Amino acid sequence: MERLGAHGEASLAFAVQIPSPQSALEPAGRDAERIASLFPILFGGGAAIWLVVMGLTVYAVVLRDRRHQRDRTRRWVVGGGAFATTALLGLLLVRGLSAMPELLDPGAPGGPKIRVSGEQWWWRVRYELPDGASFELANELWLPRGRRMPLLLESPDVIHSFWLPSLGGKIDVIPGRVNRLGLEPTRTGTFTGVCAEYCGLSHARMLFHVVVVEPPAFEAWLAAQRADARAPAAVLAQRGHLLFQQHGCGACHAVRGTAARGAVGPDLTHVGGRVSVAAGTVANDVAGFEEWLARTEALKPGVHMPSFHMLSSEERNALATWLDGLQ
Amino acid sequence: MSKAGEDRGADVGAESDAPPSELRRAQEARLLTAWRIPKGFRYWSEVNNTEVGRWYTSVAFLFFLFGGVLALLMRIQLARPNNRFVSAERYDELFTLHGSIMMFLFAVPIFEAFSIMVLPQMLGARDLPFPRLSAYGFWCFLIGGVFVCASIFFGIAPRGGWFMYPPLTSRFQKGAGADVWLLGLSFIEVASIAAAVELIIGVLKCRPPGMRINLVPLYAWYILVVGVMIVFAFPPLIAGDVLLEVERMLDWPFFDPTRGGDPLLWQHLFWIFGHPEVYIVFLPSVALVATIVPTFARTPMVGYGWIVLAAIGTGFLRFGLWVHHMFTTGLPGVSLGFFSAASQAVAIPTGVQVFCFIATLLVGRVSYRLPMLYLLGGLSTFLIGGLTGVMVALVPFDLQAHDSHFVVGHLHSVLIGGTIFPILAAFYYFYPLVSGKHLSKKLGRVAFFLVFVGFNVTFLPIHLSGLRGMPRRVFTYPAGAGLETLNLVSTVGAFVLAAGMLVFVVDVLRPKKKDPDAERNPWNGGTLEWLTEPDKPWGVRSVPEIDERYPLWHQRDFVRDHDEGRFFLPDAEELKRETLLTTPIDATPTQCLRVGGPTFVTHWAALFTGGAFIFSTFHWWWSALASSVLALFTILGWLWTGTAIIPEKAEKDVGRGLKLPLYVSGPGAVGWWAMLITMLGDMTAFVSLVFGYFFYWTGHRDFPPGSQPDAHPGLLLAGLGLVIAAWIGTVVSRRLNRRDRGGAFHAGTALSAALSIAGGVALVLSLTRAGLDPRAHVYGAIVWLLVVWTVIHVGLGVVMHLYVMARRIARRMTATHDADMAVVTLYWHFVGLTAITAVAVVAGFPLAVR
Repeated sequence: MERLGAHGEASLAFAVQIPSPQSALEPAGRDAERIASLFPILFGGGAAIWLVVMGLTVYAVVLRDRRHQRDRTRRWVVGGGAFATTALLGLLLVRGLSAMPELLDPGAPGGPKIRVSGEQWWWRVRYELPDGASFELANELWLPRGRRMPLLLESPDVIHSFWLPSLGGKIDVIPGRVNRLGLEPTRTGTFTGVCAEYCGLSHARMLFHVVVVEPPAFEAWLAAQRADARAPAAVLAQRGHLLFQQHGCGACHAVRGTAARGAVGPDLTHVGGRVSVAAGTVANDVAGFEEWLARTEALKPGVHMPSFHMLSSEERNALATWLDGLQ
Repeated sequence: MSKAGEDRGADVGAESDAPPSELRRAQEARLLTAWRIPKGFRYWSEVNNTEVGRWYTSVAFLFFLFGGVLALLMRIQLARPNNRFVSAERYDELFTLHGSIMMFLFAVPIFEAFSIMVLPQMLGARDLPFPRLSAYGFWCFLIGGVFVCASIFFGIAPRGGWFMYPPLTSRFQKGAGADVWLLGLSFIEVASIAAAVELIIGVLKCRPPGMRINLVPLYAWYILVVGVMIVFAFPPLIAGDVLLEVERMLDWPFFDPTRGGDPLLWQHLFWIFGHPEVYIVFLPSVALVATIVPTFARTPMVGYGWIVLAAIGTGFLRFGLWVHHMFTTGLPGVSLGFFSAASQAVAIPTGVQVFCFIATLLVGRVSYRLPMLYLLGGLSTFLIGGLTGVMVALVPFDLQAHDSHFVVGHLHSVLIGGTIFPILAAFYYFYPLVSGKHLSKKLGRVAFFLVFVGFNVTFLPIHLSGLRGMPRRVFTYPAGAGLETLNLVSTVGAFVLAAGMLVFVVDVLRPKKKDPDAERNPWNGGTLEWLTEPDKPWGVRSVPEIDERYPLWHQRDFVRDHDEGRFFLPDAEELKRETLLTTPIDATPTQCLRVGGPTFVTHWAALFTGGAFIFSTFHWWWSALASSVLALFTILGWLWTGTAIIPEKAEKDVGRGLKLPLYVSGPGAVGWWAMLITMLGDMTAFVSLVFGYFFYWTGHRDFPPGSQPDAHPGLLLAGLGLVIAAWIGTVVSRRLNRRDRGGAFHAGTALSAALSIAGGVALVLSLTRAGLDPRAHVYGAIVWLLVVWTVIHVGLGVVMHLYVMARRIARRMTATHDADMAVVTLYWHFVGLTAITAVAVVAGFPLAVR
């Protein structure tokens, strides 16, 4: 129905492949494990009830002679419909809701405070460290394994929902409110999260990644992220940096350690080290950046960033090389 | 043996023998004259329930097919990752329209349509009390529905989702799409409420003599419950629509957090409507099951009382669990636990109903016919939806499943299993009743298996893709996340399902001239609708008297007595359309009601009402205003010529020696009941707005804010005093009219109208004098809205004052025939209540908290 972009079908190959898990069925966090422990009860019990009720119905339909008396059968209604249902639901509620206090526990303060802001259509992530320093990144969180980390979530525009199936449940991100979510990873690895509340055109292009590492590695990552961007050594990358300045990219993007201080779009200080680009839209490599710069709107409908298709492919290559090098 | 030529008013009691055939023929000729369906283009002026119900059902089903095609387009788009079949924008339009159409243009209307068609037959009535209102509702539905559906072809389709959450829909989407949704569907909601009023009164007042409350067919019980749910569930949504549309048009910041508003208020109002809505859709289908199962089990329903209690219990419980759509908004744990438990509790009445059906099948000897196949398929599917419903009602599980494809699977199992399958069963079951022919057994079986297999292939994988992390309403998904195969299978399943629906449509549409006629009661049903002969326009030949739930099974000669006109109203002596009214509990006859016949006034009224809504969508204010004025005058003209007509005689012999009045005023009259029910809905909308005021207060520390002025308390009180005086004046005027003091009546009513106008002006001045700006902060906006709401009601009250004065002058209202005045007085009670509440909140609350 829609015409393909100028680059045709082939360029879709650049659309990012997400190998990292995002399934609630393979939990990697305390909350997801608690919830997943309900699955056997819910699905097993559900299947059993379905079989009993359907079996009874088929038996009732197939049965030809009037073997059942009206008065005695009425007891089925009370026993099966009212009492059995109430008893089963009561047990289920006790079992299910007993996990609630832990699920709602936002985690102990003291460590770094993580602020997540859902914006059309990316996630602004801000780490506020106990010593007062802070840094920003986008569409990516790093968490230490085994510690419950508190997240504070808010939105400056519309309602989003932060959902990280592997680690825990979801929480809506609502303008005018600050919601809290505690995450406690139990396995290391990279996990994918999504926006679960319809938030406009590129709702589907609002992925994020969570990288879980051992606590020492986490501390090292914090230190690395606090640092400014390194000046590029290669000529091509230097040219890319120059193009970045010439085309006014710094009006929206910040790259700490350079003149770029924009706060509208994602902070790009260490963008090259992230899992993906543009909230899970393209892969984080030179080709991915080039693709993104050339076909911004086609890849992410409605995106606020203008497309840079008017640059020559060499210029895009230079820019992409510089960005990819911002590790 | 009676002689030919006997007086036609003669007693045709059960003891006497059959009335002579000449008399019967003459009676039938007169009935035919009264109920004849106009030919040619005038056919469309018909208002009788059978015709309107048929159109209504067909159009609702067409919208269903349209919504289904939209779903197929979505499934093509999701067949593989990063697909480019439709753009993101188009995809958003598709899912928004799919959900909105299925809910507002199919699920609710088809049950109303179907009930308009068969409810009178089930109650042995000739028609519902307000046939022209049904027709008006249908034409509104058609205009509004076509408008909303067509929007996708003109690039103005809404794309905020069927739930329309602000601020996305209030400030972040350009274009008229959201207005199409808000105004187009509000227009249809008005029609839905009109139909609900009609059906409630139908069940309460149009039952045959002897059908006491414990003999009411289960279908009618469910319709009563659902009608009441509509009257209380739709108004909160309409209130929300008003808030959102006013924010969009006038920039009053109800949902804008930067000016004190709160987007969560919309979610509360929407789901206070939205959750009952699910059961408004589901319960009528259970009603169909409760009608069909006893027929094929060949035994009365086991646990009639249990079912009725379960239906009513469900109706109540549904209003207490809207928050389970908001489990992830960050509510406190106590609320989550409470609403989780309440949501689980709903499974109990549902379980009772399912077991009642199974028990009935166990007790009876089941005759395994085609509709039963659909019911079994429906039960199997619905059970899956019910069980996954228990899962998502459990908060921890919902934290994962909410807004994922798992919920898509859940809701489609509930709606397709609980609604579509029973509706298809009902099509096969009732088709002979409506058309006199059977649908094809062979095609029916093919359609069933395609739909059943297609459904499961589509939606079982969707549950899994949800748990694997696929959120709802995404126009695409990345490759490599384990979602490709599941989505492809779903897409294939969707086409199998669609093929099944296509077979069904072919079966309905294929010419059946050569098919043998169906028997009159082909399934051997026990309830009154099977008295109907499809080729007779009058519904029942005579209104029967009954004393049990399945009269066709047990009462000997019942059908013969009916056919020979031995029951009530076997004749239409004055060639007017008449039906019998009875009391709500004991069903003792109270009135012979004359109902409206064919007319085009309903079309004009619907057209102008539609114009008022549709022109507003495009901000063509003058056209919208002109259309509103025309609508008002058309409706007044319709009321003037068609309602509270003073009959040529006070009483009428309705047969069996019973004489009944032709004109009733006050609480015995159906018009009075209609006003009462409508105003209960109106009050619910008003209470929803008041809820909004207090919601802002509970949610925000600075409400009322120090930065904003309050309304002028003196002027508010003066305005309230004047409105109360007008209210008292109206009550006194009614008494004066009853004492036949015409001059005093006119003086009193005119004075009331003047007081009302003065009161309205004072209320508005209280805001403008204080300098309260509705755009600066939500406080000003909500205060303005409460006052404007009151003033509009007072204004309508003035129109009614003028109307009754004109009626009295035209001698269409007299001291003894004062139904109009009774209705107007009732309206004014509600205006008084509204004004007192509004002023108490607006003037009193700031005093209390500041």
